[in-house]
Amino acid sequence: MGSTDHIVSSFDDELQEIRNAIIEMGGLAASQLESATRALVDRNTDLAQRTIETDAEIDALEKSIDNMAIRLLALRNPVADDLRLVISGLKMASLLERVADYAANMGKRGIALNQAPVIRMVSAIPRMSELVRRMIDDILAAYAQNDANLALDVWRRDQEVDQLYNSMFRELLTYMMEDPRSITSCTHLIFMAKNIERIGDHMTNIAEIIIYQITGNTPTESRPKADITSTTMIENELSLSSTNEGDK
Amino acid sequence: MLAKDMNTVYNDTKSIISAKDVSVFYGEKRALKSVSLDIPENQITALIGPSGCGKSTFLRCLNRMNDTIENCRVEGNITVDGQDIYAPHVDEVLLRARVGMVFQKANPFPKSIYDNVAYAPRIHGLAKNKDELDDIVLASLEKAGLLDEVKDLLNESGTGLSGGQQQRLCIARALAVQPDIILMDEPCSALDPIATAKVEELIEELRKNYTIIIVTHSMQQAARISQKTAFFHLGEIVEIGETEQLFTSPNDKRTQGYITGRFG
Repeated sequence: MGSTDHIVSSFDDELQEIRNAIIEMGGLAASQLESATRALVDRNTDLAQRTIETDAEIDALEKSIDNMAIRLLALRNPVADDLRLVISGLKMASLLERVADYAANMGKRGIALNQAPVIRMVSAIPRMSELVRRMIDDILAAYAQNDANLALDVWRRDQEVDQLYNSMFRELLTYMMEDPRSITSCTHLIFMAKNIERIGDHMTNIAEIIIYQITGNTPTESRPKADITSTTMIENELSLSSTNEGDK
Repeated sequence: MLAKDMNTVYNDTKSIISAKDVSVFYGEKRALKSVSLDIPENQITALIGPSGCGKSTFLRCLNRMNDTIENCRVEGNITVDGQDIYAPHVDEVLLRARVGMVFQKANPFPKSIYDNVAYAPRIHGLAKNKDELDDIVLASLEKAGLLDEVKDLLNESGTGLSGGQQQRLCIARALAVQPDIILMDEPCSALDPIATAKVEELIEELRKNYTIIIVTHSMQQAARISQKTAFFHLGEIVEIGETEQLFTSPNDKRTQGYITGRFG
């Protein structure tokens, strides 16, 4: 953190403990996302099940970060950058816990999907997942190295994820219209994609927290937002042209 | 989010004290190096910094307490309400009535509680008769939050009170001459947490009618009670700002190092 150490060195140790736990938690969350995605692609129910079970580890880490932060606030009365680190740690831990929840939820949906026949694989999901996993990796690197520029870079990147999600959303809607038997599976896939998209959103939240922790300020430009699925309607376009695949 | 709007600048309060390029020398040693600071009216300004940084020296300039130290020379300009307090015609005794002071160690006179508070109004001729003097004494004790505790002990010695009560008695004594500004030099450093809390509560209460400048070694105290904080280091002001901002995102590395305990 700071260029010099605290006079009381155990204070430094405790702050470092929080940082290490956040990085560990982030690494676990990233690998949860990866497992859930692989379980989907390989139709691997065992792996999906393990992903669900591993969630408890991340929950436990969040609790231990909470405890460390509360103890530090009570006993050390941190101020300035120390205070920002502790508060940021608390907030990041709760966001990373949510990220892991989304991955676990993907695992559950993966198991459900495996009970149905294979539908056309949506390649956008692993692509989105890979994009978001790299966002997690970079956000953790930004955190570990106090690199506000890298955090800002991740913050801006969320737009790509949103765009992928938009096109995937439309694609799945047309599948469902073509073949109503696929509605159950496609709905699960939409939710999985939404989960990944939310994880990307959380990375922008974390990026803001990291920038605040390092600089004391949040980014001034408005947050890039490109998820337009909340307002997307598709039947009109289809009725206009029957040959249209619906994904212009 | 946690960050404040960086564009917010608080300039709407009037400065009651304005110090420009103030330097203080003890013999050859320069203890304060061209310090400029405006003190806003009816606010609590905290001066923090490591020992020997010049914060107490600066505080003592504001009511010319440094005049009493041999070899001490003050340069620069300090105005209270626009008047140069180092101008030749200024009566420093009257100045000190207007700019009162409370010290680290409670120092009641070895007199009754009543006489402790009545002493200065008598000297300054603030009361025409005994009734008026009674009013001043009771009102001052009331303002200092001490009246309920001592109203039946007014003739007992001030030195028989507890440390916290003695300190509040000293504050009552300062209030008795109707100052506008109260300087406090580590007023709680000899008090336990409960007595400290009572004095802090009193300081907050007094802010409505007085301008308070407090030197403190307790960073938490500065954070708790002040609106503005100035960080002194090696005879200079490193940073002055809104207390909240200074304790969450200080601008200067040295401030950050000091308040987070990394100094050295």
